[in-house]
Amino acid sequence: MAKLTLDDLRKLRDSQRQQMSKRAPEAGSAVVIIGMGTCGIAAGAKKAFDAFVDEIDVRGLQNVVMKQTGCMGLCHSEPTARVVVNGMPEIIYGNVTPEVARKIIREHIVKGELVNDHIFDKPAVDIIKE
Amino acid sequence: MAFKNYILVCAGTACESDGSLKINEEFKKQLKALNLEDDAQLVTTGCFGFCAQGPIVKILPDETFYVRVKPEDVKEIVEEHIVKGRPVERLLYDKEQKNQKASVEEIDFYQKQFRIVLRNCGLINPASIDEYIAREGYAALEKVLFEMTQDDVISELEKSGLRGRGGAGFPTFKKWMFSKGVESDQKYIVCNADEGDPGAYMDRSTLEGDPHSVLEAMTIAGRTIGSDQGYIYIRAEYPLAIERLENAIAQATEYGLLGEKILGTDFSFDIELRLGAGAFVCGEETALLASIEGNRGMPTTRPPFPAVKGLWGKPTVINNVETWANVPVIILKGGEWFGNIGTETSKGTKVFALTGKIKNSGLIEVPMGTTLREIIYDIGGGIPNGKAFKAAQTGGPSGGVITEDYLDTPIDYDTLAALGSIMGSGGLIVMDEDDCIVDVAKFYLDFTVDESCGKCSPCRIGGRTLYNLVDNVTKGLAKEEDFKKMKEIAQAMQKASLCGLGQTAANPVVSTLKYFKDEYMAHLEGRCPAGKCKDLIRYSIIEDKCIGCTACARKCPVNAITGVVKGVHVIDQEKCIKCGQCVGACKFNAVLVN
Repeated sequence: MAKLTLDDLRKLRDSQRQQMSKRAPEAGSAVVIIGMGTCGIAAGAKKAFDAFVDEIDVRGLQNVVMKQTGCMGLCHSEPTARVVVNGMPEIIYGNVTPEVARKIIREHIVKGELVNDHIFDKPAVDIIKE
Repeated sequence: MAFKNYILVCAGTACESDGSLKINEEFKKQLKALNLEDDAQLVTTGCFGFCAQGPIVKILPDETFYVRVKPEDVKEIVEEHIVKGRPVERLLYDKEQKNQKASVEEIDFYQKQFRIVLRNCGLINPASIDEYIAREGYAALEKVLFEMTQDDVISELEKSGLRGRGGAGFPTFKKWMFSKGVESDQKYIVCNADEGDPGAYMDRSTLEGDPHSVLEAMTIAGRTIGSDQGYIYIRAEYPLAIERLENAIAQATEYGLLGEKILGTDFSFDIELRLGAGAFVCGEETALLASIEGNRGMPTTRPPFPAVKGLWGKPTVINNVETWANVPVIILKGGEWFGNIGTETSKGTKVFALTGKIKNSGLIEVPMGTTLREIIYDIGGGIPNGKAFKAAQTGGPSGGVITEDYLDTPIDYDTLAALGSIMGSGGLIVMDEDDCIVDVAKFYLDFTVDESCGKCSPCRIGGRTLYNLVDNVTKGLAKEEDFKKMKEIAQAMQKASLCGLGQTAANPVVSTLKYFKDEYMAHLEGRCPAGKCKDLIRYSIIEDKCIGCTACARKCPVNAITGVVKGVHVIDQEKCIKCGQCVGACKFNAVLVN
């Protein structure tokens, strides 16, 4: 990409903001965001990531996007994953072992049921949110 | 969507002990009775980090947050909220103070945390500049370049009251103002990411989760003081943070947010990484600058301060990662907004790495003035295994301990200093009754003795001598007059050391000696109350309790335990290395420590 001008930057921000605000735009689609800080990786976030990808492949799910993010501070419950499914509340899961990852795909994403015992709350209110 | 509502019942240990299991059962019953099992899913969750108000029930998707719920309240929640969609007002959090507000979104501080520095951590993809930009990223730089003068920026910083988050708490605007005021052909911006305190990882997580926030802030500082070159000094032990920073610098350069003529203006700014080899003293700013210059990382006397004469003798603004991450938000929301958060003398928030004997260890960010009790019990969930709180250690090897008596002190730079500790960079280690305070002081002193650069004698010799004295205490060889000697050495180190490392190295000893004199005295009598100091303890097996299961003998790494199956076992004191494995192995509490 060429270097941005002020105008370009503002346009980019608007379009990206819209894209982020509807991370799961279509019905039946989902986004899974895994905490990939050092703490998450040390606790097995990469294995959980692989399990998510494998389960998505095995089931042939077309509309599930995998993403990574940094540490959200829930180090006591790493690995963590945020799951955004169209039409469902956004959920943060903790202690996501590969088995739990597969369960999240099976129950949360396919059937629309939350997975017991692994849900955590957002640690704080978002100051950027408008 | 499968369900209309989700009922989240906290099943964290604290809520469970307050009866959340019964609440769960009651919900099951009520949902069944009204045939709502297909409308609402009942879910048990991990800890919400708000244990003081438990048991907690949250209803999604409207995010209603009920506190102190009792089983008899469940029927009302189901009939009113789930069936009729009307929240049960009397169970909402903050109903008195905040005029019966309905949802979490409206209750600003229902969670004790407030995230400025960590605003993007765990939300955006750290490898994507686009996601950073979507969340107001580089909007502060935009404002600085096109709408503000250099003096405006400094004045916003002054209004914000932002103080250095590396530990010393020097007002940030002053550093910037001094550097701006000096005429020079070259000036530098430096980010101190040489985080080395045991138990601290705030800066690493910030860089890993939101690298662009630091790059943007450094660029803003470059514009403000008239510098075109920045360096980030980061330890080589942080490979992931380095990888993400390198990626972020490449992306920002590609977008023209770093490099020549940023956003079409005539302002240019570059950032390079410098990797530290992991010497703790390089977190001290003059030693850090020496290391960037390619010299051995040793401190020099101040003044002159780096703001006037820093890197290669040029004016240099050096701030810590967390300080930098605050800057874009201050520019965007204004210094006044920031200044409204926190206490009289300490504004904004502080990130703590909460570790040690605590249930919810993790990275937290709270407004200045939050009490230790709120941090440890509300956010941290308290001490695990029902043990008693003993002390919290702040400021790492430069800090001190805070005891139970001071749990309700609002934490800021000045209150901590008054208690004989320091804010430090944000490591917060919680200790319980099983931790020996003398052993803790020895641990920190061992660390600073090891990390002393050796340039000045108060630190090099004083540290070693002090360590030997504390070591003697843990071995039961000390005499009472040694305490006086320890205080004298500590004072000499505080007054005469060249840099912060030596000046603060004695703090853990001074602070523990002040608050735990009894425990030091016990060691003089040959007793370690916590059972930690190996030279003062002895493991033995209580004959009446031992059933001869052989569990301890199998666990003992040096075969010091003998005995036949179903017969009483004995520990050979000559062989015993006092590792304590047998205590954990015994299910009958038959191993005695004294």
